[in-house]
Amino acid sequence: MRAVVGLPLPLAGEGWGGGISTSPAFERAPTRIASGDAIRPPPQAGEAKKVASVVVAKDHNAILIQSLDEAAVRAGLSIGLPLANARAICPELIVYDADPLADAKTLNDIADWCDRFTPLVALDLPYGLFLDITGCAHLFGGERALLQSVTGALSRRGFAVSGAIAGTSIAARTLTRHASGKIIADGEEADAVGPLPVSALGAADAITAGLRRAGLKTIGDVASRAPHEISARFGAAFTTLLGHALGQGDAPISPRKPLPDYIVEKRFPEPVATDTVIAMTLTHLAGMLVSAMDKQGKGARQLEASFFRTDGAVRTIVVDTGRPVTKSDMIDRLFRERLDALSDPLDPGFGFDLIRLAAGRTEIVVQQQRDLDANVHDNDELSALIDRIAARIGGKRVVVHLPLDSHIPERAALAVPAQQNLAVATAAAWPERIAGEPPLRPLRLFDRPEPIKVPFAAVPDGPPHQFTWRRALHAVVRVEGPERIAMEWWKQDGQSLTRDYFRVEDAEGQRFWIFRDGLYENELRDEEGKPVTANWYVHGLFA
Amino acid sequence: MDGARMSTLASLRGDIARIEAPTEATLPNRVALGHAGADAMLRGGLAAAALHEVFAGGHQGGAATGFIAGLAGRLSSRKPLVWVRQDFADQESGALSMSGLAELGLDPRLLVTVRAADVDTALRTTADALACDALGAVVLEVWGNVRQLDLVASRKLTLAAQASGVTALVLRVAATPIPSTAETRWIVRAAHSPPGNAASAWGAPRFDAELARNRHGPVGRWIMEWKCDACLFSEPSAYPQPLAATPPHRPHPAVTHTERRLAG
Repeated sequence: MRAVVGLPLPLAGEGWGGGISTSPAFERAPTRIASGDAIRPPPQAGEAKKVASVVVAKDHNAILIQSLDEAAVRAGLSIGLPLANARAICPELIVYDADPLADAKTLNDIADWCDRFTPLVALDLPYGLFLDITGCAHLFGGERALLQSVTGALSRRGFAVSGAIAGTSIAARTLTRHASGKIIADGEEADAVGPLPVSALGAADAITAGLRRAGLKTIGDVASRAPHEISARFGAAFTTLLGHALGQGDAPISPRKPLPDYIVEKRFPEPVATDTVIAMTLTHLAGMLVSAMDKQGKGARQLEASFFRTDGAVRTIVVDTGRPVTKSDMIDRLFRERLDALSDPLDPGFGFDLIRLAAGRTEIVVQQQRDLDANVHDNDELSALIDRIAARIGGKRVVVHLPLDSHIPERAALAVPAQQNLAVATAAAWPERIAGEPPLRPLRLFDRPEPIKVPFAAVPDGPPHQFTWRRALHAVVRVEGPERIAMEWWKQDGQSLTRDYFRVEDAEGQRFWIFRDGLYENELRDEEGKPVTANWYVHGLFA
Repeated sequence: MDGARMSTLASLRGDIARIEAPTEATLPNRVALGHAGADAMLRGGLAAAALHEVFAGGHQGGAATGFIAGLAGRLSSRKPLVWVRQDFADQESGALSMSGLAELGLDPRLLVTVRAADVDTALRTTADALACDALGAVVLEVWGNVRQLDLVASRKLTLAAQASGVTALVLRVAATPIPSTAETRWIVRAAHSPPGNAASAWGAPRFDAELARNRHGPVGRWIMEWKCDACLFSEPSAYPQPLAATPPHRPHPAVTHTERRLAG
């Protein structure tokens, strides 16, 4: 059986006003509400004195109410009403501008927090979440207790939340639109959903209005008609939606994150905040993870540690490895390096109540004879070193080099992250060096050739007698060249001038690789055909 | 200071000297550079499992890189080489070119480059890499005078190198030498190509290498030529040996006019 919790936030018609706060919305939401309460007179028992508040958004040059709270509903306001009319009805209205980005962030933060219940959390935009709790409910004391703890925690934070559990996601969502806290067993969706009004389906307004006009007030009414009649009038998509709501078939939910291969976690009855406990927990979890993976001969290529703070914030730290990791001390060390090097350190706040370690990507480990083959040992050591350095300073900063098939000097090699490409780079085929020749390419190559000042050249095509580079004058003593390198004319990237490269040695014995950008006669002419002076660059330094 | 105290100090100094000076049995294995004069002065070659420094002026980065690449090539011998450098070294003296490295006879396949954002990261990464005994050598490239690379830092690198047997090479371009625990310190400048006919104008890389410090031996200064095919330093072919006495910043008298030949 699949059970799905639908959690629309906020309830239609009873909006908390998700757009009030800016980032980070989730953390600031409770404070916002608290401060909002503070400036209002405390509500008297039995009488609703709360000032109505609404969230407005601009729609076709009209400012319309997008969501509203209970007091506003009581005052007679409704969604879609222009703000001017609303102010006429209810002069003391508090108005907030809608902020869809902050709303999305809030929803994402809540989804992060919901990760503690199940790894399969899907967004139901704009205000809902689906949690696939198949097989998870018993860990939290059953479905009812799970639902209560989710909705309870969210409503304590000031969200208007409504949840339901059903066999399919659409059925659960339909139920939450009407009442909170319903739990429907598998196969009983049709009975539970039947009496609800058609608006609970969440179909387009035109369809809902059309159904009402046809006299079909409840979902049960619609379900009693033959499907082809409904399809002919309202389209096949609506029939599918109706079927899902009635528990026939199921629309798959798309979880936010891919399901990790292995998860181990540790829950704390009391939040922990000290580094030692956190480090010990990680060590312990690493051991558990490794023994779980070991049973299936797997090793982790990507590890993910999630720290769930008591106040709902979740910090996730990801470490990639170049080879499948099968040792707990290696996992431990990688995370220690990563945690040490975090630019914004792990902030325990009031403590973590759940630490989770997951192997996001795993691979089957090829067993190798390690003791005798020194080569295998060396390769293992090197990739472990690369993993450690990459965990600390980032994978993109540890690079190996691959040859590229290009004769343009600066494009002849490509630096790629070492973690993923070590094996490729070790087997790469570099152009063979010609025996007996002195170096023809510089050892140091500038990414962007540096312009040099050349006073004159003896002949237009010739090398310079002297040049100024970085404010120092170099007298050219020896020259070899030119070596003409034409650009890749079959690629359209703007750079099209042919370069004439010279290897030159100055009076001090330093060797430079300089080039003239463009050919005289052909390329170095302006629009009127007059010759222009060439630009010279130094592109590299020889040893 | 009384006599007893002086003698205590002297005995302590003796102890330290005994601890620091490796005995014949524990002498690190040495890798011959190929240059006879330098090898003789170094008692057989450059010590592996130690720290070596190469200094160069700000505009001599190319020559110094070539020299240290040569040392690394000699020391690492078919084992991976880790080259740690700061991000902005690329702008200052150019990125390490793989085709250039291959031309010198080194294997780009065995090179792993670490681009560190700052000196602290670079130092820590180097110390980490030195602990990995699968490597042939670790090159740390630091541009300019930096506060962090002091006696303590170089001691750490030396200890890490001794523990694992991996050689640490530090390339300091545009820096002034400061006290360190390096086994040797070299000051490298580019050397002229040999005077001669135009056909041989462009030859193998030449370095004017000055051994400015040698913990266990005398110092000296030589003109070295890098043999790309043999991956070896050697005496320059066309110079008589004691020419190193000539100040290198003055042009050679034989080189008076621009020589030029067309590329073959």
